[in-house]
Amino acid sequence: MGELILDTLRGTLGSFYNALVLFLPRLLSMLVIMAAGFLVALVLKIMVRRIFSIASFRKYCDSAGLTQMMRKAALPPPVEFLGQVVFWVVWIVFIVLGIDALGISALREQISRFFMFLPQIFVAMIVLFIGLLIANFFSRATLLAAANANYPSARLLSSLVRLLIVIFFVTMALEQIGLGRHVVLIAFSIAFGAVMMGTAIAFGLGGRDVARQVLEKQFLQKGSSEKDEDISPL
Amino acid sequence: MAEETFLSDDFVRRLTAVGEVDILVAVPTFNNRGTIEQVVNAVQLGLVKYFPRERIVLVNPDGGSRDGTPEAVRNSAIQDFRTMLSSTPLRTIHRITTTYGGVDGRSNAWRVILAAADLLRAKACAVVSPDLESITPEWIEGLVRPVYREKFDLVTPIYHRHKYDGLLVKNIIAPVIRAVYGTKVREPAGGEMGFSGRLACHYLEQNVWHEEFVRAFTEIWMTTRAITDGFKVCQSFLGPKIQARAPSQQNIVTTIQKAVGTLFRCMENQEAFWISRNGPPQPTPVFGFEYSSGLEPRRLNKKKMLAMFQNGVSQLAPVLESILSPEALRQIHGVSQQNEKQFRFPEGLWVKTIYEFAASFHHSVINREHLLQALTPIYRGRICSVVMEDHRADAEQIEQNLDALCREYENQRPQLVEKWTRKA
Repeated sequence: MGELILDTLRGTLGSFYNALVLFLPRLLSMLVIMAAGFLVALVLKIMVRRIFSIASFRKYCDSAGLTQMMRKAALPPPVEFLGQVVFWVVWIVFIVLGIDALGISALREQISRFFMFLPQIFVAMIVLFIGLLIANFFSRATLLAAANANYPSARLLSSLVRLLIVIFFVTMALEQIGLGRHVVLIAFSIAFGAVMMGTAIAFGLGGRDVARQVLEKQFLQKGSSEKDEDISPL
Repeated sequence: MAEETFLSDDFVRRLTAVGEVDILVAVPTFNNRGTIEQVVNAVQLGLVKYFPRERIVLVNPDGGSRDGTPEAVRNSAIQDFRTMLSSTPLRTIHRITTTYGGVDGRSNAWRVILAAADLLRAKACAVVSPDLESITPEWIEGLVRPVYREKFDLVTPIYHRHKYDGLLVKNIIAPVIRAVYGTKVREPAGGEMGFSGRLACHYLEQNVWHEEFVRAFTEIWMTTRAITDGFKVCQSFLGPKIQARAPSQQNIVTTIQKAVGTLFRCMENQEAFWISRNGPPQPTPVFGFEYSSGLEPRRLNKKKMLAMFQNGVSQLAPVLESILSPEALRQIHGVSQQNEKQFRFPEGLWVKTIYEFAASFHHSVINREHLLQALTPIYRGRICSVVMEDHRADAEQIEQNLDALCREYENQRPQLVEKWTRKA
């Protein structure tokens, strides 16, 4: 009985050892590939930065308005951004190759799927980038319009506009990469509806007095507000 | 000759029938039935009184009025000049009405007037607003004579204004033009203007009529362009300007966007002229007898202006950070903390703010429309301060204050050039 247990244990340990002997070189290869990838990515990033700095790419981006556009989207300057993109793309490719070196068939399938997926991710990133630009533009426009109309919570309103637009574009980006297509759509509809309903209830209950004042000011007290003239424009 | 495809065939035919003229007076209209007869009559009287022997045409470009304005222009006639003047007309005053299209009527009307002046080979031209309640025949003499007899090319008006009227012109437009272009013009954005036929052709030849900034505020572009291109500029005192359509009904945000935006774009376009210019500003000859009279008092809501300034500065901090230097922004924040009694917006800080806005506009640090909108609350703060300072000031004191402001603009000009030419 004892011998049987020992044999089983020996067998298990033996097969574990064999698997380990087979797996360790692969793991080591993966780590080497990843480390090499990191170094290659870093070198390429530095090279990209240097090349584009020499070619006065920065100046061109400034004059073309790209720098400002990226600043508006809270992104780093174009040269820095390009360097980062090159770094991450190269390193991710090496990471994927490293994982492939492990030789796990299930992982291999996922990796090939990942490569198939890359164009969609790229499109989603562009959608997000455009979304950030649009959100920034409209939130600033809202802020300025509200502040010039002497609205007391201009910043809050502007943040809300920004949030809604960002949510909308994140939804679009997620849909682009096919993540929970229906779930995202439903979640967005519910969230949007909730925000609108919440705002309506909050204004209706909490801001009854404000609403009354606004309406009275608009329709009833027009004569008295005209007593004091505003600045003559010219 | 400049492109004339924007003129209707009928209009060209009627212009051709008139032949050449000495003087062209234009009254661009749009739903001005209430005042147009008075304006046209004053124009006719002025022409008969001061230019009885000249060949004259009155052009009325109309933006599609639905209240019968063009008909009123055509039908308005003084039956008997002898009841008003010692002279009677020696020639017929031709009257031509045409319509102009397009979304932005103002610049289209200007283009029609300039093209008519070009086709008729007019020696002198004058343009007057259709909603004037205070126009007299002397306005026509004031606008036409310096061009027709004294050989000036551009006549800008000087009005007798209430101290709280024309604040945007007094605090930004005129002092910036004086400091930057080196020419003292008190009303570079007035609705009335006199100009020579030579200058009309020159304006028409410029390939800028499709540009948004020219369409937004044509008069500012015309004034700066005449200065930069070496035309002889003078001013003419016209008297009080009272308009039927109260200026306060217009939107201050939009007006700042249009007027200041046009000024900054002109500075950008004409950079080669002013950036290396040195020396003090040149005085501009003034025609007419300057007098002052009592004007209807105006009440401004200082509390509201101050509250809008304080709220605007606090709410717009993230936007202003990208436009102004930290030092200027800190000072503006300091000013916004003052209470109503102590409130003062120093002119040095005001000039610095305007110049930093101009440089940021030039470098497009943010969307330009947004940048101009961000100026409105600060402008309200400055105006609130001006109103408080000038509350008890007489005309002489106000003139001194304005002159001091203009000198501050001149003193800080090197900082503008430095910021303007600095790489973004």
